[in-house]
Amino acid sequence: MNLFCLGLSHHTADVATREQFTGSATTESILRQTGCAEALLLTTCNRVEVYAVSQKRVSTDEIARCLTRRIDIDPHDYAPPFYRYEAEKCVQHLFRVASGLDSMVVGESEIFGQSKKAYESARTSGAVGPYLHRLFQRAFRVAKQVRTHTDIARGAVSVGSVAIDLAQRIFGKLSECKVLVLGAGETSERTARALISRGVRDLRVANRSIERAGELAQAVGGRAVLFDEWATQCREIDILITATASETPLLTPGELAPMLRERLDRPLFIIDIAVPRDVDPGVNEMEGVYLYDIDSIRSVAEQSLALRRQQIAAAEAIIAEHVADFVDSISRGLNRPSQAAEHSPLGENPLRASEL
Amino acid sequence: MDRYLLIVSTVCFLAAVVHTIVELRAGLFRPMRFNFFAIGLGFIFQTAFLSVRGHALGRCPLTNLFEVFVFLAWSVALMYMLVGPPYRLSLMGAFTAPLVVLLQGFALVAPIDIRHPVKAPANPWLEFHASISIVAYGAFALACIAGVMYLIQERQLKTHQLHSIFYHLPPLTHLFATITRLLWWGFALYTLGIVSGFFTGHPLPRVQVVAAIGVWLLYATILQGRHLRWFAPRRVATLCIIGFSVALALLWGIEFTAEMSPLP
Repeated sequence: MNLFCLGLSHHTADVATREQFTGSATTESILRQTGCAEALLLTTCNRVEVYAVSQKRVSTDEIARCLTRRIDIDPHDYAPPFYRYEAEKCVQHLFRVASGLDSMVVGESEIFGQSKKAYESARTSGAVGPYLHRLFQRAFRVAKQVRTHTDIARGAVSVGSVAIDLAQRIFGKLSECKVLVLGAGETSERTARALISRGVRDLRVANRSIERAGELAQAVGGRAVLFDEWATQCREIDILITATASETPLLTPGELAPMLRERLDRPLFIIDIAVPRDVDPGVNEMEGVYLYDIDSIRSVAEQSLALRRQQIAAAEAIIAEHVADFVDSISRGLNRPSQAAEHSPLGENPLRASEL
Repeated sequence: MDRYLLIVSTVCFLAAVVHTIVELRAGLFRPMRFNFFAIGLGFIFQTAFLSVRGHALGRCPLTNLFEVFVFLAWSVALMYMLVGPPYRLSLMGAFTAPLVVLLQGFALVAPIDIRHPVKAPANPWLEFHASISIVAYGAFALACIAGVMYLIQERQLKTHQLHSIFYHLPPLTHLFATITRLLWWGFALYTLGIVSGFFTGHPLPRVQVVAAIGVWLLYATILQGRHLRWFAPRRVATLCIIGFSVALALLWGIEFTAEMSPLP
């Protein structure tokens, strides 16, 4: 049996090319007609991949033809940049994909869910047999181990998630936090929604237009407050998100100092996503105040990405161990359970192996 | 024989330290489970050492500076075992182990395990006074460690430079709540220790009384300052570190029970 993977990803093809080869609901059954005993189609916004098992070699062109959405495209003439991995390389590739190592944002977890969904869909349609079943089950296990035993998924990499991550590092549970959103623009709404999704229950919205504040408050499940009251609100709140169109800073150290005296043992986290900034940078020097503007949030996101990249070597080591074990178990036959899979010292403590 | 138990205990704590350093260098900060077990094992050997030494002496093993340091290290580990898991501060082990290694390492290396001649029989009040005071020191030590963790986390948040350790330290507010709890525990135990000193039936050395009251006043001021919001959390964390450093330094000047209830 030949195990192989063929696909296009953000590494090899632009979106215009990828969107020509996204396959369809019937692709897996068509693939089986071309000689694939088992076939699974994984389609995300960044990749389209076919994982298959066949008795004889199935050409790249044949697979590509199954993936084309337009009948007037001949992959043979078009020569899209498909990559193809066979046997061990295919196993390694899937483990890397499921673990988020091959993703555009290294360590992102969405691909794990997408892989699971693709597997479930193929299993339901009967396109998956024993080989792909074991391959994908192992891939999910590897992905979980990589996430648990490395920092590959640590840290946030988008503006909204950085804000939430930092808030959690300051306050712990966000359900007890009081939040004031100043300005009712799109960015404010996104950040407010993200906070609500993480358990914030007390969210207030202030905007120069009280109607717009009311709309946003209603949309996210908060309450509108008068814009003139925002400074008073600062005495009570824990998190302030500002995104107004003000040309001059709304909050300066001089204005904040009297409020801080009343809340000395409670930190104040300020996320200033306005340009020009709503909060004077000097505020960050004040005791118990943590100010992040858009640049510092981006800088944190970049640091998180750098941290994730540092973890790639450790993640690759875990994957390499599993690839070797999986290939060994397949070569020993599907009927015999893999010793490593059941009682692997790697499974119990993958870092030990990776450190060696 | 009993020193071997202490050496094994120190090795266990050292293993926790080495494990943390290795993981930090590899950028894989996962010390929780290993550190907890290493410290737990070290604590068992510490307890065995103190038990063997106590049986040999026929009294609480606090008769010289060597035993005081070991008892203090044991108190630190005890407080960690008590405070760590409930507050999900198992990472505290990564910070606790070096302090214990330092205390026990010093006790083992320095020529301070000197046996004093017998002058008086064992006095339960005196033993209670000395031991409860050292356990209070353990709470102050852990408050100091939580203070260090707070300052590290706070510094990273202020400067916007987040390192790997940032994601493994508890939230600032949790750390501050833990510091406050540990300060209260330490203060209550220390007060009990001081009060029990007056029931020993012996006149206490003046230097010991002055030092003990000085430490008590220092922690009373920190707690009062925290309660009345004179001090911001960062200042409280800093004062915890200063307070414990002062308290530890004063141990040098205090001859605990040695003069009053020497070895049989």
